[in-house]
Amino acid sequence: MYEGIVQDLIDEFGRLPGIGPKSAQRIAFHILQTETFDTTRLAELLVDVKTKVRFCEICGNVTEEERCSICRDPRRSPATICVVEEAKDVQAIERTREFRGLYHVLGGAISPIDGIGPDDLRIRQLVQRLADDTVTEVIIATDPNLEGEATATYLSRMLSPFGLRVTRLASGLPVGGDLEYADEVTLGRAFEGRRVVSD
Amino acid sequence: MILRTHKLGEADRILTMLSRSHGKIRAVAKGVRRTASKFGARLEPFMVADLQLYEGRSLDIVTQAESIGSYGAAIVSDYASYTAASVLVETADKLTDAEAGLQQYLLLVGALRSLAQRAHDPQLILDSYLLRALSIAGWAPSFGDCAVTGAPGPHSAFVVQLGGVVADEAAPPGAPRLDPQTLALLGALLSGDWATAEAMGESTRNQASGVVAAYTQWHLERGLRSLQHVDRTPAVSAADAGAAGAGAAGVSASGVTAPRINARTGEVL
Repeated sequence: MYEGIVQDLIDEFGRLPGIGPKSAQRIAFHILQTETFDTTRLAELLVDVKTKVRFCEICGNVTEEERCSICRDPRRSPATICVVEEAKDVQAIERTREFRGLYHVLGGAISPIDGIGPDDLRIRQLVQRLADDTVTEVIIATDPNLEGEATATYLSRMLSPFGLRVTRLASGLPVGGDLEYADEVTLGRAFEGRRVVSD
Repeated sequence: MILRTHKLGEADRILTMLSRSHGKIRAVAKGVRRTASKFGARLEPFMVADLQLYEGRSLDIVTQAESIGSYGAAIVSDYASYTAASVLVETADKLTDAEAGLQQYLLLVGALRSLAQRAHDPQLILDSYLLRALSIAGWAPSFGDCAVTGAPGPHSAFVVQLGGVVADEAAPPGAPRLDPQTLALLGALLSGDWATAEAMGESTRNQASGVVAAYTQWHLERGLRSLQHVDRTPAVSAADAGAAGAGAAGVSASGVTAPRINARTGEVL
């Protein structure tokens, strides 16, 4: 145990996800011992990120404005909405440069065992976005795990009365891998979702 | 049988599992959240897997996994089955420990298999499982003879705290009364008489569900979080379920209704 604020700093770093007591100590001593470390900038950024960053009023993505840069971009197609669990997923899909529509961040997945039901997610806001006829397709891009699939099932059931095209991201073999190492669930999905190369 | 998972660090998961012969086990599966994981898909809730575990300091570590039964995909393709299955695994998690016996394991596997195969209405499977799991744990309810005096039934006063139906002289003032149909359904669910259970109407089923929820919550002492999210829309038929596939469009478009019990307190509404 260190004395005073050094221990306080280690304790605060230790509260962060993925940082254990040893890592917290290493970070704290890095700050203390590195003369060039700009502590003022770090402190200002921490304050700014809590005060300035909020969630986009349309899609729920993180932004410093009322609307995020994707919702403000007139070049993006408003006819397609891609539904994701977290704001982190928006960045993952943006990296593909394949999708030019808009997003909707649910804020998680349905997990009754963790006490998270449909009312705890931004599903109502999604339905409000579908009120006019602008949107023609909803792409469900929830995680390919149990909670993500259950959320996709719930959404597909809920959206079917709207007469939209509701699609789900494909599951299958990772690019660059060997077929023999694929597990049977993933390989089964890859077979289920195979596509025609030539007839 | 994988009951539930918790995220750990960057890409790991803590698994809570119910085993055939070693009771409840908690283990770490490293790197399973990465898309390149070799056995991540085998370690999802509702999966039955053959595992090799390395004994760690506090938690075991999964080194190999082979899938034996996969009920997850079939269960999540029907939302009502998914919410019922969530209650099943949460109950199993709370009822069992490292000493859990084979009976609890077999009951859970059987119930999840029935949900995956759409053998019966998910609500009936859930209620039957809860009654039978509590019975194995030593809290068998009585729906015939008086739970206090043993006086032969039928009795209509149902008191959760006393363990089932009680004779009029043993019933506290204001004890709720159940109609004979509901008691017959509860008895059928406890004994696995599916023909009788499926012949009952919706209002009787909802009444019985409320009783089962109240009885479960009382005996577990802690609320079941998943119980308030149970979806009570009619079950998808086996043919529909087969056509729908996991997470795909085509699942029946019936609306979502709220449970007809107070899941927090377990009171019958």
